[in-house]
Amino acid sequence: MKVLIGLPVLVPMGAAALTLLTLRLTRLQTIISVLASAVTLAVSIALLIQVETKGVTAVAVGGWSPEVGIALVVDLFASMLLVISHIATFVVLVYSLGHPRTRDAGAVFHPLYQAMLAGVSLAFLTGDLFNLFVAFEILLTASYALLTLGGRREQIRPAMTYIVISLVSSLLFITSLGLIYAATGTVNMAALAIELEGIPSGVRSALGLLLLVVFGSKAAIFPLFFWLPDSYPTAPSPVSAVFAGLLTKVGVYAIVRSQFLLFPRDEAWWLLMVVAGATMFFGVLGAVAQQHMKRILSFHIVSQIGYMIMGIALFDVAGLAASIFYLMHHIPVKTSLFLIEGVVVQTVGTSRLDRVAGVARSRPVIAALFLIVSMSLAGIPPLSGFIGKFALLQAAVASRQWFLVAVALLVSFLTLFSMTKIWNAIFWGEPFVPLEQEAQSSRVPVPMFAATLALVAVTLGIALSAGPLYDLSERAAVELIDRGPYLQATYLP
Amino acid sequence: MSVVLALTIGALYAVGTYALFDRILSRIIIGLALLGHGSVLMLLFAGGPPGRPPFVESTVPANEYADPLPQAMALTAIVITFGVLVFLLAVSYRSWTLTHDDEVEDDREDARLDSPKRTVHRVEYELSVLGDDLEQR
Repeated sequence: MKVLIGLPVLVPMGAAALTLLTLRLTRLQTIISVLASAVTLAVSIALLIQVETKGVTAVAVGGWSPEVGIALVVDLFASMLLVISHIATFVVLVYSLGHPRTRDAGAVFHPLYQAMLAGVSLAFLTGDLFNLFVAFEILLTASYALLTLGGRREQIRPAMTYIVISLVSSLLFITSLGLIYAATGTVNMAALAIELEGIPSGVRSALGLLLLVVFGSKAAIFPLFFWLPDSYPTAPSPVSAVFAGLLTKVGVYAIVRSQFLLFPRDEAWWLLMVVAGATMFFGVLGAVAQQHMKRILSFHIVSQIGYMIMGIALFDVAGLAASIFYLMHHIPVKTSLFLIEGVVVQTVGTSRLDRVAGVARSRPVIAALFLIVSMSLAGIPPLSGFIGKFALLQAAVASRQWFLVAVALLVSFLTLFSMTKIWNAIFWGEPFVPLEQEAQSSRVPVPMFAATLALVAVTLGIALSAGPLYDLSERAAVELIDRGPYLQATYLP
Repeated sequence: MSVVLALTIGALYAVGTYALFDRILSRIIIGLALLGHGSVLMLLFAGGPPGRPPFVESTVPANEYADPLPQAMALTAIVITFGVLVFLLAVSYRSWTLTHDDEVEDDREDARLDSPKRTVHRVEYELSVLGDDLEQR
């Protein structure tokens, strides 16, 4: 069954090539793309089941020994993220079939999208630090092109910021790879975990910090988040949705992987806790000041990243398990919020808070969907966000980090505040017809509506199956902190 | 030899970082290119001292060859940074054809939040958002 490990990368890669070949056969291209996404999702689920029963599995690509070649490793954490990510990407792909901006972007959307999926899968699966760099570049390069899809004036400038920032952090990544190789003579993560213990502690913490800065700027942690609320809102809705749900979370994954595998700690790390608090707080403050639904949601990505970092910073099983659960809840919730925003724009022409009102009157189902996911984001019981936040707070209380607890609670209130702000402005009240609406066809395409509905159902499913899912997160956390199974599977195949 | 290489790497990083802080886009891109060269050289430098034989010869013992792994990684890094830089150039050309301006603008949103009294900024912002909305349809 080892052959399965490569498939989540190979299938989208192959699909990217095939969709490029079928550029002019739109119907065939769409079928290939959807089919590939479905297969990737199925393989991811099979991998999760396999890892759940048999433990960490690794495969040396091309039969090279792990020091020289590339190892692909799948553990519980990676496979869980793989499944939830590919659920989200599959849903977004269906959604994009109905969205006018991605539909009109024509044939280039599908190859780019599939290449991005390959990069995301590779980032989760790779057991090699240099290969992680390559994975990041694959997904980032595809994301640059997706972000500038259409090449409109308002897209170009923020996209440029995004590309420059990403490129700087990639160059920093190469630099740290050079330093790590010079210090240890390997870039295989399992080998590094052992080698890094032997080098002077000063060098070791410098390398750890460098990697934190590199992955932190991809994950948009404080103070490296400023590019995100600028660039994400300008893309077409399906693209922003998949960026919002996934890309920063790949950064969070890399932070977890590098810090827990390569630079393990026994106690909470003050630096990361300060970063977590600041990320939550400033992210939500940014959201409160905004007047555009997409921008509010983008600032909330930053604030939510803070919650994930908070659990990571505690460096214990409870905190990490809570963070993993939070990640699992956050990806579908955030993605569906952006999908709903796209539906709103489709029906009334804009999602500026002061230009729309009373959507609940004309579109009750969409309003209900928004209410469910926004309340989940704010952490209202019994939705999945409540369970995630509760677990995080419990972990923080258990390790007596009162300051973090206070910040997290305050931020939670502010999140609720800005979600009700969107609700009051856009969905509630007397409907008025904005000037622009006259020329607007207000019918929502079926794929967009169905996809949004499906993803909201997934978030409800997470809330319903919170018990087993939390147990799974806890097992993944134990596996990450133990390190033993991972090292055994990769280094001594 | 190593000292020269180390100094070159340092200089490339320094100049690249300095150019990155410029407001002219083309200088930022040049800065990124220099930074890229620096980091690739760094990767190469990590493989050990220069001057070792890269090819198999019967007279050289096995542990005295140049380490091929950093070279392979450096090649990959070169290809990737080159590709991304070319894309960035294409985007900046697009930006130039749209605005005829090579300078990085102030953030409109920042300007709006920063100085609500300066109505010029505000009106400009409102107009541009209206334009965005209209175009989004």
